[in-house]
Order: sequence, then structure tokens, then C-alpha cells
Amino acid sequence: MDNRKLTWFGRVKDSDIYYSFIKSPTAIVSTFILIIIFFCSFFVEFVTPYNPFDPSSLSLMDAFTPPSWTEDGLAKFILGTDGQGRDMLSTILYGSRISLIVGFSAVIFALVLGVGLGLSAGYFGGKYEMIVMRLTDVQLTVPSILMALLVDGIARGIITRELHDEMAIYVLIFAIGISEWPQFARVSRAATLVEKNKDYVSASTIIGVSNLIIMFKHILPNILRPVLVIGTIGLALAIIAEATLSFLGVGVPPTTPSLGTLIRLGNDFLFSGEWWITFFPAIFLVVLAFSINLLGDWMRDTLNPKLN
Amino acid sequence: MKRLFQSAMVMLVVAFVSFSLFNFVGDPINNMVGEETSDEERAELRDTLGLTDPIHIQFSRFVVNASKGEFGISYQLRRPVSELIYERLPATIELVLISALIALVSGTLLGVYTGINRKGFLSDIILAISLLGVSLPTFVIGILFIYLFAVILGILPSFGRGEVVNIGFWSTGFLTLSGLKAIILPSVTLSLFQMTYIIRLVRAEMMEILQTDYIKFARARGISEKSIHYKHALKNGLIPVITIAGINIGTLIAFSIITETVFQWPGMGFLFIQAVQFVDIPIMSAYLVFIAFVFVMINFIVDILYYFIDPRIRVKAEAVSG
Amino acid sequence: MKFKNFIKILLAFLIIFAPSNGIAKTIKWSMQGDSLTLDPHAQNEGPTTQVSRQIYEALVTRGLDMSIGPQLATKWKAVDPNTWYFFLRDDVKFSNGQKMTSEDVVFSILRAKQPTSDFKEYISTISGVKAIDNYTVQIKTSKPNPILLNQLSNIFIMSKKWSTDNFVIAPQNWDAGQETYSATNALGTGPFKITLREPNTKTVFKKNSKWWGNVEHNITEIQLLPIKNAATRVAALLSGEIDIVTDAPVQDLNRISSSGGHKVESTPQMRTIFLGMDQAADQLRTGNTGDNPFKKKEVRQALYQAIDIEAIKKKVMRGLSEPAGIITFPGVTGYTKALDKRLPYDVGAAKKLLADAGYPDGFEVELRCPNDRYVNDEAICTAVVGMLGKIGVKVNLFAQTKSKHFKELKDNQGDFYMLGWGVPTLDSHYVFHYLYETDASWNKVNFSDAEVDAAIRVMEGEVDLDKRNAAIAKAWKIVRDNIAYLPLHHQVISWASKSNVDVPIRPNNEPLFRFSKVN
Repeated sequence: MDNRKLTWFGRVKDSDIYYSFIKSPTAIVSTFILIIIFFCSFFVEFVTPYNPFDPSSLSLMDAFTPPSWTEDGLAKFILGTDGQGRDMLSTILYGSRISLIVGFSAVIFALVLGVGLGLSAGYFGGKYEMIVMRLTDVQLTVPSILMALLVDGIARGIITRELHDEMAIYVLIFAIGISEWPQFARVSRAATLVEKNKDYVSASTIIGVSNLIIMFKHILPNILRPVLVIGTIGLALAIIAEATLSFLGVGVPPTTPSLGTLIRLGNDFLFSGEWWITFFPAIFLVVLAFSINLLGDWMRDTLNPKLN
Repeated sequence: MKRLFQSAMVMLVVAFVSFSLFNFVGDPINNMVGEETSDEERAELRDTLGLTDPIHIQFSRFVVNASKGEFGISYQLRRPVSELIYERLPATIELVLISALIALVSGTLLGVYTGINRKGFLSDIILAISLLGVSLPTFVIGILFIYLFAVILGILPSFGRGEVVNIGFWSTGFLTLSGLKAIILPSVTLSLFQMTYIIRLVRAEMMEILQTDYIKFARARGISEKSIHYKHALKNGLIPVITIAGINIGTLIAFSIITETVFQWPGMGFLFIQAVQFVDIPIMSAYLVFIAFVFVMINFIVDILYYFIDPRIRVKAEAVSG
Repeated sequence: MKFKNFIKILLAFLIIFAPSNGIAKTIKWSMQGDSLTLDPHAQNEGPTTQVSRQIYEALVTRGLDMSIGPQLATKWKAVDPNTWYFFLRDDVKFSNGQKMTSEDVVFSILRAKQPTSDFKEYISTISGVKAIDNYTVQIKTSKPNPILLNQLSNIFIMSKKWSTDNFVIAPQNWDAGQETYSATNALGTGPFKITLREPNTKTVFKKNSKWWGNVEHNITEIQLLPIKNAATRVAALLSGEIDIVTDAPVQDLNRISSSGGHKVESTPQMRTIFLGMDQAADQLRTGNTGDNPFKKKEVRQALYQAIDIEAIKKKVMRGLSEPAGIITFPGVTGYTKALDKRLPYDVGAAKKLLADAGYPDGFEVELRCPNDRYVNDEAICTAVVGMLGKIGVKVNLFAQTKSKHFKELKDNQGDFYMLGWGVPTLDSHYVFHYLYETDASWNKVNFSDAEVDAAIRVMEGEVDLDKRNAAIAKAWKIVRDNIAYLPLHHQVISWASKSNVDVPIRPNNEPLFRFSKVN
């Protein structure tokens, strides 16, 4: 049964997934865009010559330079500068890195928690299963944004202000992650229930393979597909949630602005003609989320027709 | 009956969380008095507020007060929280109701359309836009709307509720022209995200149901396509929509925080976001209890609706009770 | 059938979007914040006073030109340096028709001196008030007070009967979160009365038909609609939902004045923005050097000279600010152009000063700023952070809402902070008394100088104007040479309104709707 596991990547290559990917222009384009965004964000130090968060490198006199193609634009600031003289392009890329870090970490947090709980619930069943499932019900009725706001509010009350700025990003990851885990838990549990009754699992139990090994070695691979789909869509949701919280002023501190923070700060200049300060971060955010959603949509169609 | 018990339990848990917020996040006394206050005065205040009582007595007092709608005085605004919530409740409820209506009606219509015409050009467009709708954060849409409709076109107000009319304890914006105009932008903004969900849900349901045997039989019997789509398919497809719509009201209330902030809508969400920034715990805990109450109520209503719409559940329930 | 429905919907929309023309002259007024309370003695704070000023009146008041003139008192005289007589108008009625007499004046001044009043410190020199007859009031001061009239212009007169009937003899205890009738209701003698009060949402003022004064305005109603978000506020003005904004964001002024139908007026405001550096603490709370660099004058001067105030003026303030050398402005007794000159912007000199003081590599400190109090406060601070970074001083910015900022400053939590100071009395004493005197309530840099303290005593008691002015000049020289604070600029305020709305702009940012017109 498991002898083809070693060539997992090879299996992917000649599978229907690969074929369907090649056939889908939306999937290719969105993947391409995402690769560019991810690369530029994570290697931003090498992509742009500016570090917008080093205050001593900024000059206030550069502030409000419009994009380079407009009349007063400067070639060195392609997308113009903001009110502090920061290069918009580098600021956006640095901001996007923070948004992505928060998004990915939140999804991974939700994934680990959700899959862990869902898998064990499906496997062990009984009272434990009931409690976990009840928890997912309750959690699902609490909207993510409210959950995140409450977590942030409580965190502000408990930890000191100095700590809060440092902790803000972790609080955010926790807050967003905690609202996304039930999806993972439900899918994992459902898949586990199906797998559990198959012969090879009973056989493994009989020959004394430990529960943990059965869960992780045999059942886990079977739920990778739906988890990947949920994770992708969850990433888009997490990025939007982060932007929203930052826009509301309870997200990451303005000293390390994410895309949402940038839009909030730029919003003040919307009517004064300096449209680029809010426009570019907003467009960037939408392109990012849209690409992830397109990819997620395609994945859902291909990987897991049942979720359609 | 079991449902009622569960609901009560949920409320009690939420009440306990709110209570802990109140009591363990910072010393309430520190939040109430200035720094010049002497220790004796503090002790006296602590006594009069009953903060020296055992914790279970404090908690039961909190529950009693909360059930009467009393949550103390806001640290920031220095007014009773119940009064603040009370003032802002109608604004949020009206906004959410209109948004839910917009989302439900247009979401169902578009969902049915795309479900029936699976491969049409228009369907593709609608689906692409709905995906874009999920990718656009609510606040971006709000800013866009303000800029377009209020500033450039100048046809709709950009903030507030317009003129309100007080009918008894309820202040409504539905009875004045400016009130009706004012609710358009915020409610559409708020509804978009939910609408996209409903479109997708209804579409999936329609597609699934149209492939079931009984629809095939209906077709074979020569019933008109229109009748099949709306009488047979849609009716069955509506059940999950009701559940989602129910949960959505809760989500809409939560998301109204953003819409209210962008449009300066004087509702509870706007109050709450300011409370979070100020760590105004009485408001936060009151809001929490209120939201929990709404969720519990909605779940309850959805259950009852289910009972009436889906005969299978009714039969099961009767069998159990009988 | 379907077509009919369509027509119905169309008609409904037509009705909704039809232009709504009012006949009544209403002014819709917006600013960032709202009045905190209607109780005129509970909070001495900008927007609160701005609202109270429309409904309440004082014995004397400042006119459009900011000079003191009669209001409820027609004339006054000092029989000796400590005894004043005020002669009241005999035709003044509260908006409920009740006549105002000296009883009400005595009651109100005593009310403003009660422990829960925010004005008790403000009029601390008043030692006694009594009614001589129905329309004459005697006020005694504990020492000669050259600025008594200035102070009285901010003490609003309430009705004794109304206050007694509604259990509000004492001012609302704001700090304890007290709820009183006077916090949400008002009865004054002014040109307008409050008919609706929804805090932070909407306050409606209607013309007071019983007002004693000569009606120069043509307004029947004022609506105060606070809008917290600056962009939304501008959008509301541009879309015509608001008639006047009394704190228009500087970056939007061009856009507003270029949109037909709107106008912008600017005037230097009576407020100076500055930075404070704690000079007394042995160790900075947020520093990294284990000592307090601010103790050295060289360090303070280095920071001063590292700030490019012209760049801030051009980019952050869009030209709407006046760089400042002292924390007071033209029109205040004691102000001179020479004092107001800044030390030159010179990064090289600043670096050298810092090195000479023993900090060649700079140091680290936190800068505390409000983010919703002064014009572009947070943006100014951000700019300062960048400029100080260039001389090696690593500044961490901490910006927060004004109520928390001020409270934490009062709790002595600031090493390095932003503050703005206005002078309602138009006399330098107000600045020294609060900012420079040893242990003064807002002296959070802990500046202390015996000569300055002595000069402040002279300002308070000296009736000979020449001697008093000499003391003021001397005190200014000392604090300026010491770089006790780091002045930034005098704020310029801008009001933006529809072209047909005429509300005269005033340097204290307080609109007087009794002089306003809607054409």
C-alpha cells in the first residue's frame, strides 16, 4: 500500500492535479503572481535599495513625491513616497511581508490545532469527540473579527504597553488562528472516521502499532488534500482579517506597518490628491487576496470535488 | 428543552468570561479614580462596590446585574454602559437587518441564476466578481463607496444616520428621507461579503439538487423548467440558506464594527471599537454578553424554523417526544 | 406586472434622491471630538467650552477681536486692588424665562470653586463673592489679580433655582464618572439652547428667543455632528452634509477650496506646540544609557538644532504653521519677535554638542505623543524621530489618544513628550504658572529655577505694569536660554465651510455662532 510513498513528488507530477494545473490559465497566472509577491516580500532587502524603517535614512523633504510616471515624479521612487518620505514600493513590500507572516503563521497555528483536535476526536471518539465538536460549533458562531478584537482587547488589558507592541504580532496570529481552526477540525475528523474503519487500520491496531503512529502515518496523508484547500482559502481570509484589524487600529503597531496599517495611514490623504499613498497598498492587498482565492477556488474544484 | 438548557449554559459561560474581564484585567478601582486618591478612600470605595466579597458572591451579583442590563460605568465616557448600548442598539439593528435582507435576496437570486446556467458567460462574471468580493476587505469597499457616491457623485451621504425619528424607545432612520439615504451605502457595504457566500452556497445547492433523482423524475413528468427550478429545487435549497442566514446575522453584527467605523454609523460596533482601543472593559464585556445573547437567540430561532420547514426533523422530534 | 414594479422602484428612488431644501437656517458643524459634558464647570477643555459658549454666558467675554468686553455685567470697577464690583444687566433671562440676578452669579462662581470643579485652580485667587443688591456683585481676591477679568470670561453663569431643582448644586464629578442632570441638560442665558443631546453623535442647538442681546445672526438651528475620522469629515463637507468644519485637516485645504462652493479660512492659533524633556530624573525610564542625558543643556540644544522645523512646516503642516522660539505667541503680554527666534537648524553643530556632552553615539529614548489632539501631532512626532535619528538619537515613538496621553503625562510617565499650550488669558503668567514654576501641575520636565519662581510671584501681585513686564521679560530669557522646553511651532488653524456660511474664525478656535450668518 505504502510502497509508492517515496516518490510522492513524482506521483504529483503524473497525477490529475498536475494535468489540471497545466490546463488552467487562472491557476497558472495566480500562482505566478503569488510567487512574485512571495519572493519580493520575503527577500525585500535584496529587491529594493531602501529600508523604510530606518528613520535616519529618510528625508522629510522627499515626502509626498508622486509616482514616477506623473509630472512631479522622481525615477528613484517608482510608486512615489508617503508623508514621511518613505519609498512606497519598498514600504508596501515590507508591509506585505508582515501581512504574509501573520497570515501564514495564523493558518499554520489553526491547521496544527484543528487537525490535531479533529484527528484525535475522530480516532478516539466518545465524550472527547463530542466536546471537541461542540467546541467547533461554538467557535464557528463567533465571527473571526470579533474573536480577534476580543483577544486583542484582553491582551491589552493584561500585558503592559511596552510588551504589547512587541507581542502585538503574536496576539494577532493567535487571534486570527483561533477563529480558523474549526474548519480544519471538521474536515480532519470526517476523513478520520472514514479511514478508521478500513481494514488496514484495524490490522495495524491488531499487530500493536501505536495510536500515534496510525494517526500520523496512515490517516494524516489522507486528509492532506482538503486541508490544503482549506488552508489556502484560510490564508486569504487571514490576510484580510489582519488588514482589517490593522485598519481598525488594533493590529500591528504603525512602527512596523502591514498592508492594512498602510491603507489606514494613507486614508488621511485620499482627498488631498496624494491618492497613491492609499491606492497602491490597497491594490496590492486586493491582488494578493484575489490571487490566493483564485488558486484556492481552483484547488477546491480539482482536489476535492466534494467541497464544491 | 435541551436546547434551552444549552443556551443558558452558553450564556453563563460568556457571563463568566465577561466577569473575569471586569475583575482580573486591571484593578477596577484604578480605572475609576485619579492617582491623587488616598489608600483609605480606595479601600472605602472597594468596600462600597462590594469588591471585598467572596468571588462567587461577586459573580452572582454580576449575573443578576447583567440580566437587568447593568454593566457599570464606562471608563472612557463616564456614562452607564447600559444607557450607551441602549442608545446605539437601534442603529446597529437597523443596519444589520437591511444588510441581511440585501444579502439574502440578491445572494439567493444570483445563486439560483448561476446554479441553473452553469456555464453561461454572465454566470462566470458573477462568480468572478463574487470571488473578488471575498478578496476585497470591507473597509476598502467602504472607502471606495464614500469616495465614489458621496464625494465624486455627491448623491449619498458619507456618514451617520441622517435624521432619526424616535418612536417610543426606538430611534429609527426608516421614516425620514435622509435616514433612508444614509443607510444605503453602509448596508450595501456590509452585505457584499455575506452576499458572495450566499451566492456560492445557493449555487452549489441548486447544482446538487438539480442532479437528484426526483428532479429528473419531475422533468420526465413534463413539469416546466421554471416550476422545477423555483418550486422544487429552490425550496429544498433554502434550508441551508436559512441556517447560514441565521449565523450570518451574528457575523453581520460583528462585521458592522468595520462598517460603522468607516461610515461613522452611531451603532454599538463603533462604540465597541473605541472601547477596545481604550481598554474600556465595562463596554467590552457588555458587548460580549449582548453578542452571545444574540447568537443564542438566533440559533434558537433557526432551530424552530428548521422544525417548520423540514418535515423530517419534525417527524423525528415528535417521535422522540411521543 | 414586472414593469409596474420597476416604475414603483424608480419612483421610490426619485423621492429618496430628490434634493431636500430646508427653509430654516441650519448650520451643521463638525469637528473631531465632542463636548465631554454640558456641565459648564466640570471640564476645562476645548470642545467642551466651545459648546458651552453657545448656551452659557459669563460676566465678561472676549469678542470677535479677542478683546475683553461686557457680557452679563455692563461695567465693573475695582475699589481697591482686592475688591471688585460688577454691575449686572437687569434684562437677562434664562432660556426658560426665569430672570437672572446677582444670586445666580454668586451661586455660579462659588460652584466653580467647589472641589469637583475643573476651574477651582483657575480662579483660586477669588476669596469671596457676595450679592450687594439684585444686580450688583462684589468679588474679593486673596491678592491683587491683574488677570481677574480674563479668568472670569471662562466662568459660566448658571441658574441657582434650576441647579437646586435638579440636584446639581455641585459640578458633576467627572473623574468619578458621576451622572448628573447638568451633564446632559443645560439652561443658560446665551443666544442658543440645547434641544437634543446625543453624546458623540449629535447635539442640536435652537435659537433662544428669550435672549437679551441684539440678534446679529440669522441661524435658527445649529447641529453639532462630531466625526472622528479626518477623511470622513472632509468627505462629509465636500458632499454637502456638513456646513463647517472647525478642524479641517491641513492636507485637504487645497482640495476643499478648489471645489466650487467651499472656502477655507486660516488664522494663527493661540497655541504653541513643543517637546518636553525630563531634566530631573536621574535615569530615563525608557533610555539605554543608565543616566539622564537631558540633564545636560548641550543635549537639549543638540536635539533642538537637529530638528528641521522648516521641513516640518513645508511637508507636514503644508505651510500652515509658524516656527516658534518660545511657548507663547503674538498678542500675549510678554511676547516679542526677538524671543520667538529659533536657534538655527544645524545637524553638524548638533552632532558636536552631543559628542561634547559625552554621547558621541547618541542614546535611546521614547517619545510620547497624542494622535488626536493637535494638528498632525503624530506626523510631527514621526518626522522628529527621523530627524533625531540622523544625529544618532534613537527615538521610539509612542502615539496614543489624547485622554490617555495626558493622563499618563500627569502620572509622570514621560521622558520625552509632545504638548501644546494655549493662553486663554493672553498673559505670559498663564504659561509660567503651569509650565515653568517649580512643581507646577504641567511642569513635567521638572524645570526649577528660583529666579523664574520669583518672577512669577511678581507677575501675580505687581500692579505696576512696567515692573511686571520687566519680570516677564526676564523669566522668558532664562527659560529660553536654558532650553527648558524644545519649542516647535505656533499652530495655525483652518476652518473650512460652504461659501454661503459665514462663521468668523477666531484664534482660540472657538466659533461664536451669535455672529454667524447663513446666506
